[in-house]
Amino acid sequence: MMPTLWFVIVALMVVVYVILDGFDLGVGIVHWGVGRTEDERSVNIKAIGPVWDGNEVWLLAAGGTLYFAFPPLYAAGFSGFYLPLMMVLWCLMLRGVSVEFRNHIHDSVWRTFFDGVFTFASALLAIFFGAALGNVIRGVPLNEEGFFFTPLFTDFRTGPEPGVLDWYTVLTGVVSLVALAFHGAVYLALKTDGQQNHKAKRVASGSWWVLLALTLLGVPATLSVRPQLLDNYKNHPWLFVVPALVFAGLIAARHFLRFDEKKAFLASCAYLLGMVGFPVFGLYPVILPASNVPERSLTIHNAAGPAYGLQVGVIWWAIGCVLAIFYFRHLYAVFKGKVSAESAVYGH
Amino acid sequence: MDDALLIHRLHFAFTITYHYLFPQLTMGLAPLIVALKTLAIWKNDERYNQAARFWAKIFGINFAIGVVTGIPMEFQFGTNWAQFSRFAGGVIGQTLAMEGMFAFFLESSFLGLFLYGEKRLGKWGHWWAAFAVFAGSWLSGYFIIATDAWMQHPVGYERLADGTFALTSFWALIFNKWAFWQYLHNMGGAAITGAFVMAALGAFYLLSRKHEEQARIYVRVGVVAGLIFTVLQVFPTGDQQGKLVAQHQPATLAAMEGLFETKQGAELVIIGQPNVKEKKLDNAIVVPNALSMLSYQRWEAEVKGLDAFPPDQWPDNIALLYYSYHIMVGLGTIFIAIMVVSGFLLWRGRLMQSRWMLWVLMMSFPLPYIANTAGWMTAELGRQPWLVYGLLRTAEGYSKTVSAGNGMFSLLGFMGMYTVLSFLFLFLIHREIAHGPDAAPATGGTR
Ligand code: HDD
Ligand code: HEM
Ligand code: HEM
Repeated sequence: MMPTLWFVIVALMVVVYVILDGFDLGVGIVHWGVGRTEDERSVNIKAIGPVWDGNEVWLLAAGGTLYFAFPPLYAAGFSGFYLPLMMVLWCLMLRGVSVEFRNHIHDSVWRTFFDGVFTFASALLAIFFGAALGNVIRGVPLNEEGFFFTPLFTDFRTGPEPGVLDWYTVLTGVVSLVALAFHGAVYLALKTDGQQNHKAKRVASGSWWVLLALTLLGVPATLSVRPQLLDNYKNHPWLFVVPALVFAGLIAARHFLRFDEKKAFLASCAYLLGMVGFPVFGLYPVILPASNVPERSLTIHNAAGPAYGLQVGVIWWAIGCVLAIFYFRHLYAVFKGKVSAESAVYGH
Repeated sequence: MDDALLIHRLHFAFTITYHYLFPQLTMGLAPLIVALKTLAIWKNDERYNQAARFWAKIFGINFAIGVVTGIPMEFQFGTNWAQFSRFAGGVIGQTLAMEGMFAFFLESSFLGLFLYGEKRLGKWGHWWAAFAVFAGSWLSGYFIIATDAWMQHPVGYERLADGTFALTSFWALIFNKWAFWQYLHNMGGAAITGAFVMAALGAFYLLSRKHEEQARIYVRVGVVAGLIFTVLQVFPTGDQQGKLVAQHQPATLAAMEGLFETKQGAELVIIGQPNVKEKKLDNAIVVPNALSMLSYQRWEAEVKGLDAFPPDQWPDNIALLYYSYHIMVGLGTIFIAIMVVSGFLLWRGRLMQSRWMLWVLMMSFPLPYIANTAGWMTAELGRQPWLVYGLLRTAEGYSKTVSAGNGMFSLLGFMGMYTVLSFLFLFLIHREIAHGPDAAPATGGTR
């Protein structure tokens, strides 16, 4: 019971992270497409300025929660993906620094430089996060103690001894890149007006077609790599709402984009929820499948932390989460509305 | 020591030492900024708001680097210390996750409001935003110290058959008495950094005859805070930390003090170089019986020397441990001297004209950074060879699947990255200092 609850909590926190930090990563990806001039790019940054750090804290909070709820998973996953994670860290650093420092330096060469770093790091992070999910779906070669170490790539096939990158995880990386680009463009449409709003919508509708094609490719690819994913859905047909969200969200986002930016953004959130939720709930109770010997897979049962810790955790986690929601409501309420080049501070 | 173990230790030591350069100033400045905001309301004096605004900018730049260097710390428990995480994650994961849920969310949400909401939030709203940032940073300090304190002095756990640590008492973990004193001592250290930095910048402006009205505020607030916290740092908090070490980590105490032989009425070493090979102290200058008194409140008490412990339980870098400890204590003494003299001059109304004292204040801002780093090295080297004191050895904790070569690669990567960050940081801080305090609330730009 407890392990299942924590499985759901961690999964939800990951989804919240993907949705929230997803839009500011997405802004980074479409930064140059929507912001042709330096002023327009300043508006992009203003649109995420006060919130991106808070969004990123969901990654830390989800990581910390994973750490104490499923210690063996944290240990195996983080040491096994050592090299890609180090690159993720460096990208997170470059990105954070470029957002913050761009605004302290009023010089167009430096600004252009930081804009470039921002886009580069955001795009790479989106690809890495997508590839990470792909790795979890495909599985990793776990040894007898439940650890592994994968090279960056081997022969790009999804065999029992794959690399971090193979054809499938490259595909999931690209899906993630485009999905977050779309999400970010819709967010910018929501936060800007005039010329820039039009540009954001154009970028969004352009990337929508690519996203549709990639989604239609990605779902069957996922099922071919891990057919067992459907078992849970067959046993509990109501769970099909989760994958249904993928297509409903995609279509609704397109529909609302023209006249209701807020609904379009929510639809894009629903799409992301479905895309992350579909494989995660399909894998349950497995949390890290073994690609070599299936019995070695880490499940919520053999990887859960000791029982007492999980019980007290529920209490403080619930309190902390209510507080966090309260802060976020306050933060987003103070900085709501459109931003523009003239608006002095974050849209006022 | 095998290569991978050494690299993983250096990896952690390098990244944490660098990270801690930034939070110590954030945590130190946060209460001073709240004090400035309070003075502004209390005395209804706009100059204090101007001072708060200027220090908020220094805070913001410092905070940004603190955040980006903090994220790798969290990851490293899994990437470089996987065995440790697997065994102890159920316990220390609690405090680490609570830090995220209770402190980082609070701090990161309110910092944006504090930095750019001054006009919109009004007088009291802005005071509360400053207070929330302060509360967030000090809470974050508590949870991380509680994590470290559990590794120094494990409580509220049981060991399962497979070696896993399971939490048995949440309150024991949160109210670990080690965490209590370590927290107060550590936060005192951070406040000292904040106070010295504030006073040093004020002294710099006074000496260069710029922004003198603001500068006098910085010097005054810095010296008053500095005087309070330097005294508290030695007594009671430093003293209590020492007693805890004597009681629970006797081998560590012996190594910190360079005491090779068990003695009744042990002496306190002021100066001397430990000679581990010959198991003695070279060129020692000592105060007879003082160590027995300080540790056990009796002049004749027996203090165990390193000879009372098997060598495989000795800290593995005795010389560095000994020097770190003596540097911290030596600097602590010097700080009191500096602050007492400055405080006296301030009281007599002569500090702002005493150029020699202003020079001393200006030049001494790096010293608290050195003392804090040395203090942490004392704590962490003193804990060796254990990762969880007395229970799990450091050699059993690192990631077995990550080779020395991979560790070296990322260590070099971090070194390069942090060199770049240092340049950016210094450049931006230099710009703010050259620009000086602004008269009106911030507008324009994001952060
Ligand atoms: C400005 C900083 C500063 C200053 C002046 C001092 N300390 Fe300190 N000390 C720290 C900053 C610090 C620290 C960085 O905060 C440490 C490292 C770990 C910790 O919790 O606090 C620490 C740890 C620490 C420990 C624990 C070592 C361990 O856990 O093994 C002891 C026994 C002392 N200190 C004792 C003192 C004494 C007797 C001082 C008197 C002069 C003193 N410190 C001044
Ligand atoms: C409170 C949070 C901290 C935690 C949880 C923590 C934990 C750890 C861990 C897991 C290691 C690696 C294992 C080992 O070598 O023992 C380590 C080593 C080390 N840490 Fe800390 N640390 C903390 C704070 C700090 C700070 C702020 C410093 C700053 C100077 C520091 C300095 C070091 C050093 C120098 C080492 C290497 C010691 C050695 O390997 O011999 N630590 N710490
Ligand atoms: C291994 C130990 C440590 C870990 C895992 C760690 C983790 C982190 C992380 C993830 C952040 C960024 C938070 C954000 O995004 O807002 C951060 C910042 C911070 N850390 Fe650390 N940290 C460690 C050591 C320490 C120590 C020893 C202290 C002080 C007692 C400390 C105090 C802070 C504070 C106050 C911040 C807020 C940002 C800043 O002030 O610069 N941390 N830390």
